[in-house]
Amino acid sequence: MDGTATLPARTAARRGLRRGLVATLPLLLGVAPFGMVFGVIARETGLDLVQTMVMTVTVIAGAAQIASLQLLSDGAPALVAVFAGAVVNLRMAMYSASLAVWWTEVPMRVRAIAAAVLHDQSFALSVRAYRENPAMPTAERVGFYAGVGLLTASTWTVATLVGATVGGRLLAEIDLGFIVPVTFLAVVAPMMRDRVSALAAAVAAVLGLAFAPLPYGLGLLLATAGGIAVGLAAGRGTGGE
Amino acid sequence: MISDAAIWTVVVGLAVATYAIRISFLGLLAGRELPAGVMRALALVPVTVLPALVAPMVFEFSAPDGLDPAKIAASAAALGLGLATRNVLAAMAGGIAGYVLVALAL
Repeated sequence: MDGTATLPARTAARRGLRRGLVATLPLLLGVAPFGMVFGVIARETGLDLVQTMVMTVTVIAGAAQIASLQLLSDGAPALVAVFAGAVVNLRMAMYSASLAVWWTEVPMRVRAIAAAVLHDQSFALSVRAYRENPAMPTAERVGFYAGVGLLTASTWTVATLVGATVGGRLLAEIDLGFIVPVTFLAVVAPMMRDRVSALAAAVAAVLGLAFAPLPYGLGLLLATAGGIAVGLAAGRGTGGE
Repeated sequence: MISDAAIWTVVVGLAVATYAIRISFLGLLAGRELPAGVMRALALVPVTVLPALVAPMVFEFSAPDGLDPAKIAASAAALGLGLATRNVLAAMAGGIAGYVLVALAL
């Protein structure tokens, strides 16, 4: 794609955008409740509305947002909470590398903006669409990604706002201590697609429990590293995933 | 009460760290390939870090009232439904339903 968008490129970009928006619709059923849960948890943790919304718009990664706030409310130092959230988001380095393969002709300034909405859905839907249609022009690839990214991010933002403003009043009577583990398990269980990832998850859970008395962050790091190490060893033993 | 400074540190710090991770191979590291072993390790990050975080929350042995059966039931329901349906929303709904049922029964 050269700097001046030619007419076919613009048509392709628009077609991609439309397809991306349509492909995203069913996923909003999952994005919206998760965003509301974050809004409620953020306010319960003690964030004001501005802090809650700044966080949700700039991070756009529910599990990491909730994980870091959970550590903060447990009394962990702020930098440890940042570190834990970043570890949860490390998977996005993999998304970044996978997307780059399909985006060799995309200019750097477009990549810099697009990266802001790189998350599970925009990565998964885009790469699936690119694989199904390898001949897709670059402009359509970017358009598709933009459709997914913009619709998920805006739904996420509105849902957080609803949770942060009226959610607390609706749920004021209920002890919400159970909602964080339920949310995390609901996110992680569908990812356990094979024996290797299920084994890695089980090892990490047991180690997480065993190392829970260690100072904040350290137990989490050791348990995660232990789970990954066992998963990698098991993957080698069975000749891959 | 968590200080404003701590909250802003987390908000800004996590935003910066997450953007750095997102832009990594699209930007500064563009053209470099991750070794296959590193890709496999990164693929295992979410399925290990979240269970490691969750386990001590569910089995909170140090809680003043001891273990919470409703929380354990909610977590088991979310995990089971998530594994069976591969659907985040179904797992969340199941977890909430499990909590309400056990909390009402006790």
